[in-house]
Amino acid sequence: MTKEKIKRSILARLIPGLTSLTKRGPSGWMVILGIIIVSVLVIMTVISPWITPHDPTKIRVGDIREPLSLQFPMGTNHLGQDMLSRIICGGSIMLQVSALSVLVCFAIGVPIGLFSSYVGGFFDRACSLVIDAIYAFPGLVIAIAISAMLGPGVVNMALSIAVVYVPSYFRIVRSQVLSIKELTYVEAARATGAKWHTILLRYVFPNVIPSIVIVATINFADAVLTAAGLTFIGLGITKDIPDWGWDLTDGWNYLSSGAWWIITFPGLMIILLALGFTLIGEGLSELLNPKLQR
Amino acid sequence: MGLRSYVITRILLTIPTLLLLLSMVFLVMRVLPGDPVELHFEKKATPEQMERMRHLLGLDKPLWIQYIDYLGGLVDIRYLLEHGYPNLGKSMQTFEEVGGQIFSAFPATLELATYSMIIASIIGILLGVVSSESYNSVLDHVIRGFGTVTYAIPVFFLGIIFQLVFGVYLHWLPTGLRLNPVIEPPASITGLYTIDSLLEGNIIKFFESSKALLLPCLTLGIILSGMFIRMTRTNMLETLRLDFIAAARARGLKETTVTYSYALRNAFLPVLTMMGLQFAILLGGAILTETTFSWPGLGRYIVQRINFRDYTAIQGAVVVFGLFVTLVSLVVDILYAYFDPRIRL
Repeated sequence: MTKEKIKRSILARLIPGLTSLTKRGPSGWMVILGIIIVSVLVIMTVISPWITPHDPTKIRVGDIREPLSLQFPMGTNHLGQDMLSRIICGGSIMLQVSALSVLVCFAIGVPIGLFSSYVGGFFDRACSLVIDAIYAFPGLVIAIAISAMLGPGVVNMALSIAVVYVPSYFRIVRSQVLSIKELTYVEAARATGAKWHTILLRYVFPNVIPSIVIVATINFADAVLTAAGLTFIGLGITKDIPDWGWDLTDGWNYLSSGAWWIITFPGLMIILLALGFTLIGEGLSELLNPKLQR
Repeated sequence: MGLRSYVITRILLTIPTLLLLLSMVFLVMRVLPGDPVELHFEKKATPEQMERMRHLLGLDKPLWIQYIDYLGGLVDIRYLLEHGYPNLGKSMQTFEEVGGQIFSAFPATLELATYSMIIASIIGILLGVVSSESYNSVLDHVIRGFGTVTYAIPVFFLGIIFQLVFGVYLHWLPTGLRLNPVIEPPASITGLYTIDSLLEGNIIKFFESSKALLLPCLTLGIILSGMFIRMTRTNMLETLRLDFIAAARARGLKETTVTYSYALRNAFLPVLTMMGLQFAILLGGAILTETTFSWPGLGRYIVQRINFRDYTAIQGAVVVFGLFVTLVSLVVDILYAYFDPRIRL
């Protein structure tokens, strides 16, 4: 199959897939709403340099903590920076960190999960033991410990979050493979003399993908919240780049002044981003749960 | 397998898990790139000073000796009996025993976590049951929406909004600390202010400490309730479709009896397991909540130590978090076996 053909077939499957979601009841609409929210936020962040009304980092001494006005529709912070502009471009670090952490989790958790559960035996038991120990640990505590050791930076933050969520991928892949590999069609493939890696990648893996997608979207939402949490306790990246997490934390220091706009808008943006991914994940998991289908 | 042998096996199985967990903490704190001493001083010390610091903390020994010292300190019974807490080493900042600092901060976290868990399970199970009863109605969608939104709210943001509304604007509730600083804390028996003040028979202290607990616990409880709603709802929906429910209905039992004493009882077990897992998330949330409300617990301790780059203290606090979670999951598993005899088979 040529590249062109592959592209066409994926698109050809995706578009009817999306339109058929509208016929699947509220869960389908949740997925659609989630996709819309996430796409809008991603597009807004990507084109932010061209659409911010003011320079988001420009300090204005005369306009400190200005409430909402026509000039500053979301007010200004304690440095007199325009909040609207900071909101528009403030998602970039959070999106980078969470996307990177999802990628890392996927790249580590899925292969180990596939291999370990397919091979079984001692290797599987050892892997499960280690993974379960990480899984049982408070995620934020691991992320804090690792990120405190590695120091600030997008990659370091993404890595410290990734460690927390690798177990989720491993566990879901493992539990799926364990049930799938006993199915008759896999046995048939084995009987025809297919090699183990062919069976694993061609026959087993495609059936695990839906569950991985659900885990990945939930992971995305969690990563956004964890990144915000790390920033809140002082393990953030830098003050120089506008970031919702930083603005929220910063506004909190001036809480007693009653300047609600510095806190509320960045907070709402974080919620919106996390909510978008949660909606996709939750909607999909309900659509794919066979026990709930009538 | 009887309940007793199950419990014994489960406790024995905890040992390798604990060992693994402790080794991982050690690995992260010592083997990952980043020298604690260098990070602590942020390059403001001479090499001699740093060398001295390493020597004082035992960081100049070979890694495997450090590892043995670290594990040995934790199981040092004599130290434990003498001090009342395990040996977790000395703080890089204050040179006090990390164990002592942690164990004086722990009750605050325990109190916060317990009440938050109670609030979360009440809200979550109640709304989850109501939601499943009115499956696919407007009420169901509203409750599901609430559950989904709570999942997406950063816990500290909700806390800050509560502080803003109930503290800064309305002046109804305190925005931080366990007790009004003017009031002397109750004599420490359990370390939980609400219980200690009741034991002391002091209603005012009880009232004041409950008032201080309200906002942090509500914050954490609401955030966690989302998961409980979802779990309860899904399990109730699955259970309500089973044959024994149809049979109970066919016998003419009232719908409330069917829901609460038949379905909920069966749907509760997975929720109980969930509570165990939630505890880890709860502790993570507690770190952020404590920071928001200046709550002098373990979470705030760890955050303060991060600001001082006090790595021995961070390591100690992480270990204690791990021990706590392991203990809770042990208890949950045993409870599970008690409620569901199939597990023991």
